[in-house]
Amino acid sequence: MQIKEFTKGLIQENPTFVLLLGMCPTLAVTTSITNGIGMGLSATAVLVASNIVISLCRKFIPNKIRIASYIVIIAGFVSAIEMLLKAFLPDIAKSLGLFIPLIVVNCIILARAEAFASKNTVGNSALDGLGIGLGFTGALTIISAIREILGNGTFLGISVFGSGFSPATILILPPGAFMVLGLLIGGINLIRSRKEKGGAKE
Amino acid sequence: MSLLVELVLLSLSTILVNNFVLVKFLGICPFLGVSKKVETAVGMSLAVTFVMTVASACTYLVQVFLLDALGIGYMQTVAFILVIAVLVQFVEMVIQKFSPSLYNALGIYLPLITTNCAVLGVALLNVQEQYDFIHSVVFGFSGGISFMLAIVLFAGVRERLETSDIPKPLQGFPIALITAGLIAMAFLGFQGLKF
Repeated sequence: MQIKEFTKGLIQENPTFVLLLGMCPTLAVTTSITNGIGMGLSATAVLVASNIVISLCRKFIPNKIRIASYIVIIAGFVSAIEMLLKAFLPDIAKSLGLFIPLIVVNCIILARAEAFASKNTVGNSALDGLGIGLGFTGALTIISAIREILGNGTFLGISVFGSGFSPATILILPPGAFMVLGLLIGGINLIRSRKEKGGAKE
Repeated sequence: MSLLVELVLLSLSTILVNNFVLVKFLGICPFLGVSKKVETAVGMSLAVTFVMTVASACTYLVQVFLLDALGIGYMQTVAFILVIAVLVQFVEMVIQKFSPSLYNALGIYLPLITTNCAVLGVALLNVQEQYDFIHSVVFGFSGGISFMLAIVLFAGVRERLETSDIPKPLQGFPIALITAGLIAMAFLGFQGLKF
């Protein structure tokens, strides 16, 4: 097991900001921080579990039907998570709604199965899943924090600015999702290109 | 209200007011991925529309005659994704056999439809909204058309973005997202429509 399999997913290969995968849930559920974290952790749980099982089965699954097999394994875990959420966290399950079953078609999970879990050992695959999943959760938390604080004037449901503040409602409406994510990725590109230039000088 | 009027209103509100891509955020990956040229955008959205329509019909039948009949509703996600995967594979083979030119034009986009969340989304929404067979099929078809409207409009804008002067950090993906945000804002204007 190597620790770098875990850390790479957090920043270097962040699924949302760098690999640009899994855009549907990223845009749809980030209207509040609770939703963002709930979605991120559910996807992380599915990702870790499916990475472990796919890595265990990687020697038995015939090459031709591997994608179909991966989808069935992922769909199994997603159904389990959906039932768990409905039983123990009904509020989050309600506000995430359709996007819990749609974790099945989240490209991050299938991409990790195909690109990593099908070629690596169980331990490394679990670490990879955890790192990528937490990177996804972190990204969702950042986006939803920006949208909730500026668009609704609250942080985790608690008012931050007092009653004098009129929130920019556009940010929690669909157009705001696209723009916040676009500007964030633009900002990250700017920081990365500065860093590369700085590195070249040294 | 007669059935026909009801169906027309359902499809209008799906296409304009509750646009699948810009309001419900379903099918964002192909929306951002295959919208660099209008031609490919049209091909992709035709294939998606077809699959969404047929998938609505098939998953409705699976839901009623298999899942509800046997009382195994918890298998819904697994069953639906399998139906969709099989359907996409089948569509791929049929198109390859009968129209090789269309097959070549669609190319790699066909297998990608399996992981398009608009397709699984429309199947799940049909069950959630408790639509009957005809409503499901019309909902699936107009969902596909709403995907087409969004992606073709977006591809038109992106073709022009290619030649415009954009600040370097925003080039490529970020400016595409901001453009999508502006289009979504235009679609917000339809929210006032009440059917």
